[in-house]
Amino acid sequence: MAGLLVNTELLRKLLVGFVRDEVRKVGVSKVVLGLSGGIDSALVAFIAAEALGPENVHAICMPYKSSNPESEAHARLVATACGVNFTVLPITAMVDAYFGMFPEADNMRRGNKMARERMTILFDHSALLHALVLGTSNKTELLLGYGTLYGDMASALNPIGDIYKSQVWQLSAAMGIPAEVIEKQPSADLWAGQTDEEELGFSYRQADELLYRMVDQRLTKQELAAEGFDREFVESIYSKIQNSHFKRRLPVIAKVSNRTIDRDFRYARDWGK
Amino acid sequence: MDFTAVLAQIKPKLGCVADNLAIIEGEIAKAREAGADLIVFPELALSGYFLKDLVPEVALRIDSPEILHLIELSRGISIAIGFVEETDEYHFFNSALYLEDGAIRHLHRKVYLPTYGLFDEQRYLARGGSFRAFDTKFGRFGMLICEDMWHLSASYILAMDGATTLICLSSSPSRGIDGDSLGSALAWQKLVSTTALFLNCRVLYSNRAGFEDGVNFWGGSEYIAPSGESIVRGKLLEEDFVTARVDEGALRRERIFSPMMRDENLFVTMQELRRIAHERGR
Repeated sequence: MAGLLVNTELLRKLLVGFVRDEVRKVGVSKVVLGLSGGIDSALVAFIAAEALGPENVHAICMPYKSSNPESEAHARLVATACGVNFTVLPITAMVDAYFGMFPEADNMRRGNKMARERMTILFDHSALLHALVLGTSNKTELLLGYGTLYGDMASALNPIGDIYKSQVWQLSAAMGIPAEVIEKQPSADLWAGQTDEEELGFSYRQADELLYRMVDQRLTKQELAAEGFDREFVESIYSKIQNSHFKRRLPVIAKVSNRTIDRDFRYARDWGK
Repeated sequence: MDFTAVLAQIKPKLGCVADNLAIIEGEIAKAREAGADLIVFPELALSGYFLKDLVPEVALRIDSPEILHLIELSRGISIAIGFVEETDEYHFFNSALYLEDGAIRHLHRKVYLPTYGLFDEQRYLARGGSFRAFDTKFGRFGMLICEDMWHLSASYILAMDGATTLICLSSSPSRGIDGDSLGSALAWQKLVSTTALFLNCRVLYSNRAGFEDGVNFWGGSEYIAPSGESIVRGKLLEEDFVTARVDEGALRRERIFSPMMRDENLFVTMQELRRIAHERGR
């Protein structure tokens, strides 16, 4: 699919330029990000290192006791490859202290809590290091709602939120991210052996082919069927987008005045920058 | 006559008129030093682009101290510049001024305000109502602001009004990453070249650089000869200071070689447009 194939040289320039410009214009020179050992955060670390210099990038790996030890090893490998600062801060003590009060909690609650625990650490380091938090959610995840609101979805700037997972792979290869990180199965690493694709029930490539046509090209459901997409698959992806839309918006505010924030009080985030 | 134009591919700060004026003065000084005759700034150079509710805060009357200052600076170099204009009726326009020898030669108010996709101009701005060519020291010019140029009729009217040089001030956002170059840049390059070719006009295209809320402006300012050939093009995705030597002879030769504008039949065009307007009105 031509549309998912990207000009990696151009994309790299745009995303590196984005981080450099948007970080520096607010009077900051550093960034902090969570480095999971997966490809998305690896790519963001590489982009940030190129934009700001690796000495200005702080990568924090935040494993839980059930995290695959390979993840930390891969995070370290990525940090070494791009030369950024690297810290490991386990979240087991904080998460277990909380769930000591709720031993019956299911995997979803635990996974969300871990993602939010990591978020609080990143934003604390934002204050500590005077650094902006970089987001690492790609467009596929954001559209499917496959992320934790106020957890991994929280950031100040997200360089990869408008590129699909298939495009993350292409750019990662072009930027020289270690092959073992590119080639491994994507995983949220919430429990041993978990993979995203198994949990979602389809592959990222399948999802991206559909999302690109549905979202970017605005093909109708009839046109998608004519291109050979299974109707049920189309419907299920459509409802995933619809049902997760709240995660992509600010909280809803009850309007009572003439100028309500974000409805008729509208300013760019870069106001005055 | 031959002249040297500078396309100032700057990165304005969003909503900071004083800071942008300082950037603009710096570019004007640099252009004067380089011996340029004309400097062309991008659309909304004085304010930045995604203004939304900032529009009334950054708007300037044409008799404001900032504009009077620029008028004064035009004694040393001709200046084309974009800004938000506030009128006596408190309407706000996306406007461009052409300043020369300490006077306003022309004011163009953007007619086509894009309000689709990532654009939302018509929510905040009033729509201009005319395309007029005007005389300068360097010949007869026409000014367009960004989206205006995507309407064939706009360039056509200016050319029929005698403009042989079209100036386009732009804040064009980057998008399209699947081609040999940036999608929006490729589209614009085709547009300015084709416009020049159809109308045997030169085009001076000045596009800004920088980011606003994650949206990049791709630069790539360029001078297109009346043959449609790109003579000089600024850097993609970066600020730049593009110097174009504009050759009068090239215009004369092109108009001898391809006298389409001489042969253009205004009577036929008007007759058919009147018929269409009449039929649509029924």
